[in-house]
Amino acid sequence: MFFNFVDELRAAGIGASFKEHLVLLEALDKDVIEQTPEAFYYLSRATFVKDEGLIDRFDQVFNKVFKGLLTSYGQTPIDIPEEWLKAVAEKFLTPEEMEAIKSLGSWDEIMETLKKRLEEQQKRHQGGDKWVGTGGTSPYGNDGYNPEGVRIGGESKHKRALKVWEKREFQNLDNTRELGTRNIKIALRRLRRFAREGSADELDLDATIEGTARQGWLDIHMRPERHNAVKLLLFLDVGGSMDPFIKLVEELFSAATTEFKNLEFFYFHNCLYEGVWKDNKRRWSDRTQTWDILHKYGHDYKAVFVGDAAMSPYEITHPGGSVEHFNEEAGTEWMRRVAHVYPATVWINPVPEKQWNYSQSTKMIKELVGGSMYPLTLAGLDDAMRELTRKKH
Amino acid sequence: MARFEGTADYVATEDLKVAVNAAVLLRRPLLVKGEPGTGKTVLAHEIAKALGAPLIEWHVKSTTKAHQGLYEYDAVARLRDGQLGDERVHDISNYIKKGKLWEAFTSPKLPVLLIDEIDKADIEFPNDLLQELDRMSFDVYETHETITAKERPIIIITSNNEKELPDAFLRRCFFHYIKFPDRGTMQAIIDVHYPGIQKTLVSKAMDIFYDVREVPGLKKKPSTSELLDWLKLLLNEDMPLEVLQAKDPTKAIPPLHGALLKNEQDVMLFEKLAFMARRQN
Repeated sequence: MFFNFVDELRAAGIGASFKEHLVLLEALDKDVIEQTPEAFYYLSRATFVKDEGLIDRFDQVFNKVFKGLLTSYGQTPIDIPEEWLKAVAEKFLTPEEMEAIKSLGSWDEIMETLKKRLEEQQKRHQGGDKWVGTGGTSPYGNDGYNPEGVRIGGESKHKRALKVWEKREFQNLDNTRELGTRNIKIALRRLRRFAREGSADELDLDATIEGTARQGWLDIHMRPERHNAVKLLLFLDVGGSMDPFIKLVEELFSAATTEFKNLEFFYFHNCLYEGVWKDNKRRWSDRTQTWDILHKYGHDYKAVFVGDAAMSPYEITHPGGSVEHFNEEAGTEWMRRVAHVYPATVWINPVPEKQWNYSQSTKMIKELVGGSMYPLTLAGLDDAMRELTRKKH
Repeated sequence: MARFEGTADYVATEDLKVAVNAAVLLRRPLLVKGEPGTGKTVLAHEIAKALGAPLIEWHVKSTTKAHQGLYEYDAVARLRDGQLGDERVHDISNYIKKGKLWEAFTSPKLPVLLIDEIDKADIEFPNDLLQELDRMSFDVYETHETITAKERPIIIITSNNEKELPDAFLRRCFFHYIKFPDRGTMQAIIDVHYPGIQKTLVSKAMDIFYDVREVPGLKKKPSTSELLDWLKLLLNEDMPLEVLQAKDPTKAIPPLHGALLKNEQDVMLFEKLAFMARRQN
């Protein structure tokens, strides 16, 4: 029963499992719900969807799978306000088409045409060619294009006739993040090194028992609480060729900030030079000298660079090679210094590993960090953290 | 088992009822998410009330460990008693403190167990509970006994989305997202809380309330519980209806706004917008 439903859900990226399918069947078997389409929709939603961001996607799949099967339940046909239709028609139909429709003179025909047109665009949009705009130039870019959801289900007073899942009320919660921060956090956990530091506020049971046995009276021993003592310096490349990876880097960054107590982060552009900054808005006025960092943070810090290492080789090797300012010392010098002060240094590169060999600068950077360059994937992160743990300091 | 249909004090939407009933009948945990103040915790109280079941609450904090829900062994007390030559020291079970899960497993009457704000705890917390929630039994190593649930308790878990929950955990739950109530539902909620309240006052207050929620860039949008508080304040202060009705742009900040806006940046933002609206007029 409903096998294609599960398949469709999985195809849409909702992690429906066999177990959940069984639960759904069990619930139906036990008559949890009354036999109405709405109740079935609610039940299957509660069973399969575990993240409110996926509810909209679920609604679409539900509509696709059960369309036609559930419509015969005495519901009035969809009542779409005329002004809405006009507005959409203006937006999506060419003037010629408008004329053609006007001559047809029937709202049914308009509906049909509109629908076809919308479906066609929806498909193309998902196919990912020209409808997916970058930087918001395409009319359908950005928030994604949505034919039925927003407008009908939105603030219109006529929405009562729509079926619940067709309203798609959850549409703007959809998230398409591929790599959840949870997975990143788990990968970062590899780097944890527990140590007892700070005030003694925890009872040391073993020491207390031993002390008591020795002394013959209650001899309480306290110790500091155990926590993650890893110290991390995070250098993030921003701007230019890093733009496509912003989302990925943001996720890594947010995961790292929650995972490490002793985390310092700095931004740089393309290659590390004499200055870095903490706030991109004030990158020119409020810089931190790289020397200060090297002096301030001890050898026990671990340095993690995140960048695509894609630049002109001169930016690394030559003084004055930077594209943004005149650097008195070459990037190589700075990279060497960092690698010297922080023996545990890795470079995490969001560009797929296969392409590294085609870029000379990537190879050079990799050499500068002692070969410790890892791709920004879960496996890559895992390796990078392992490498950092391996190096004692 | 009786079906949950909402209670006299709690307005449940259709989808919420289905999710609750599925969780109650199949005895699988129900995970409830939603904006703060949409009644996630209250839901567990109301389910317990509606089913006439005792409610066991386990409020999770960032320091909460999964095993604390099972039991804790108070070695220090035992050590002290040993010092004093107390007779109790010979029986180790005197020093086992029952956790909330243990309580729920052995409750004489089928209980509702609320695990509140599960996302507050460590990221591994839900994983550590998987086994116990699945098998509904656990071992007490100190006394070599196994605690098994007589009947699977009804478990309600709330989350504020601060951390993601592991897939293996989610797979075992039903899920419900309490979305912000629309006007009709809100009206019903207000009727339940303040029966006989002046209709025009409510309607005006709701206009203002939904307007405030629409303000872009608010750090914390006011939620149901804040609207209820605000209405209570308005009633207490005997606020004349005209104050709410006044479309005078110079008074764009709603009266007693402290109940709705909980963040000084939000208040400032609101004042700025009000100022701009005034200039436009």
